[in-house]
Amino acid sequence: MLRKGFAFAALGFVLIAGPVLAATTEEEPADIHWSFEGPFGKFDKEQVQRGYKVYREVCSACHAMEQMSFRNLGQKGGPFYDPKYPNPNNNPVVKSLAHDIQVKDIDTDTGDVISRPATPADKFPAPFANEYAARASNGGSLPPDLSVMAKAREGGPRYIYSLLSGFKTPPAGLTLPAGKYYDPYFPGDLSGSWHGAAKAVPEGGAIGMPPPLAPGKVTFDDGKPSTVKEEATDVAAFLMWAAEPKMEERKQFGFGAMIYLLIFSGLLYASYKRLWRNVEH
Amino acid sequence: MSGHSTYEPKSGFERWLDSRLPIIRFANDTIITFPTPKNLNYWWTFGGVLSLMLGIQIVTGIILAMHYVPNADLAFNSVEHIRRDVNYGWLVQFMHANGASMFFLAVYIHIFRNLYYGSYKAPREVLWILGCIIYLLMMATGFFGYVLPWGQMSFHGAVVITNLIGAIPVVGPSITTLLWGGFAVDNPTLNRFFSLHYLLPFMIAGVVGLHIWALHVPGNNNPTGVNVKSETDTVPFHPYYTVKDGFAISVFLIVYAAFVFYMPDALGDAANYIKANPLQTPQHIVPEWYLLPFYAILRAVPNKLMGVLGMFAAIGTLFVLPWLDTSKVRSMRYRPTARIYYFIFILACLVLGVCGAHAPDDLVIPHSGGVQFLDADLDSYVWLSRIGALYYFAYFWVITPLLGLTETPLPVPESISSPVLSHPASAPAGAVASPEKRG
Repeated sequence: MLRKGFAFAALGFVLIAGPVLAATTEEEPADIHWSFEGPFGKFDKEQVQRGYKVYREVCSACHAMEQMSFRNLGQKGGPFYDPKYPNPNNNPVVKSLAHDIQVKDIDTDTGDVISRPATPADKFPAPFANEYAARASNGGSLPPDLSVMAKAREGGPRYIYSLLSGFKTPPAGLTLPAGKYYDPYFPGDLSGSWHGAAKAVPEGGAIGMPPPLAPGKVTFDDGKPSTVKEEATDVAAFLMWAAEPKMEERKQFGFGAMIYLLIFSGLLYASYKRLWRNVEH
Repeated sequence: MSGHSTYEPKSGFERWLDSRLPIIRFANDTIITFPTPKNLNYWWTFGGVLSLMLGIQIVTGIILAMHYVPNADLAFNSVEHIRRDVNYGWLVQFMHANGASMFFLAVYIHIFRNLYYGSYKAPREVLWILGCIIYLLMMATGFFGYVLPWGQMSFHGAVVITNLIGAIPVVGPSITTLLWGGFAVDNPTLNRFFSLHYLLPFMIAGVVGLHIWALHVPGNNNPTGVNVKSETDTVPFHPYYTVKDGFAISVFLIVYAAFVFYMPDALGDAANYIKANPLQTPQHIVPEWYLLPFYAILRAVPNKLMGVLGMFAAIGTLFVLPWLDTSKVRSMRYRPTARIYYFIFILACLVLGVCGAHAPDDLVIPHSGGVQFLDADLDSYVWLSRIGALYYFAYFWVITPLLGLTETPLPVPESISSPVLSHPASAPAGAVASPEKRG
């Protein structure tokens, strides 16, 4: 009875959580796999380190990550975690990564706004002072905050990878406004810019971000060849880590909780069987 | 609470307390010696699951409230702060968010069990109505809670749902303004939703107390639907059901833990990881899964006010169900015809849920359609939800009353013990009797 019930509940979830059809179109994200998938999946630390470099050298020119502090890079589960420095504020790698970046502060003697090198306790600085400045510098488009981007889009890191590596030259018949780029993975409705056959409107949308990645754009410290695919994979992994830095802790904790609950259920079942053995029911 | 108390104070202190506040006697009669039918199956364990879930939601909720900031500019980041920087905040937050879904999953199983075994029928009407009130309070609490993270779906869901109240003639707009604390969903709305979200669970806990009180007067129904006749039909609640329920609860916790630890975002919407932006409406505004069937009924009706009334009628119908059911037999075990309609009813609820998740104009079978009927394509979700909604109401208002009068139920056992000793199919002639004599 119970098993049937859960099967039924599971069926209900599957039916309800089914894909929601959109009026906009986009291509399915590429089916690539990550080290952090599955119940035992962990982040590939070197991949996340490379991803941070991509973010720092490319993405951070336009995209903020307001939930992130430099100390996060060195905390447990982070890409630069070092067991020798349980307090990430002491981690020399994190210190030097922070030191490379200038942040705004107030001079407590004069009250003036000053710039100083960041410390691990500082948040990642935002590239623009406010939304208007961001739009003014990006042809009216607003580069979204990337802190939880890997959770804020259907498809998560797969979507990010596909979007970043999927830019295409617009097919003949598609005329995009100036400052817009064609990406089949970006959800959109291109029928307004399409001059071809009405039934063959290309999938995808016009995005305000120019193709950000290029071969050799980032030089990886571990010697990995710097292809667009590599850069896109690594930065997607970094963004997934940033979206949930406690993911490894969650899965680890879950493993213990599951073992505990399974044993506990087994004991309770045995008690139940023993207790009820003389009751006809 | 029902029947004679068998509690005997053992120590001097217990005797002293018993003559002043018989609280130990109360606890003893309620959860230790309470006579419970011995044939309850696992579907009866969800009452215990629900009590636990209410407890978990209240405890995790109180912890979250210590760190959460109910301010339109800070709420989203404060939830992220809980996940990132509060010790085990990720655990508490995921337990609370997924706990709501598990709470509703359990309450739906509890309700459907009730419908199948006819537990709402006399003498348990008040028990059933109290349950309906709990369910209503749960929906309100769930909705308020979903607004608090102040993501895109939170905000625009709040806009859609609060706008429904505006459809009520004359007073609707004033109530909406009062609820908003202004002329749009904004910071004051968030503040009052937070306040109400903190209040309602304690109201639920109060009604749960009444619910359990009302349960303990007539006692549990059971899978046969036959009244308890003698002491041989029952076992004391403890240890028999504390252990059996304990096992079922533990299995339920495994499912809950699977969501919390391995797919904490599976039941949520990606758009709620985007900060609320009043100027940018998400393409599809959908409520949480547990409200989808009602959302589908709402959108099945072209007129806004009628849609709102339809949605509330869908819940209101539940309150009068005990008086719509004309069947003398409680359990559908002995009502083969009713059983068929019952399973179609479950299917209709699931179909309504699917319809609620889709845009009304979307096609059920892609690339088909083309047959326009009245205001929409026949193959669209809006027509599917109309069929589902029609069946939902027909089940309660037409099928249930008529079926009780026209169907021929199977023979009902004499007592709870008789089908235990001999399966109904192979029961001796003396063990069965005409069902219409039974209550």
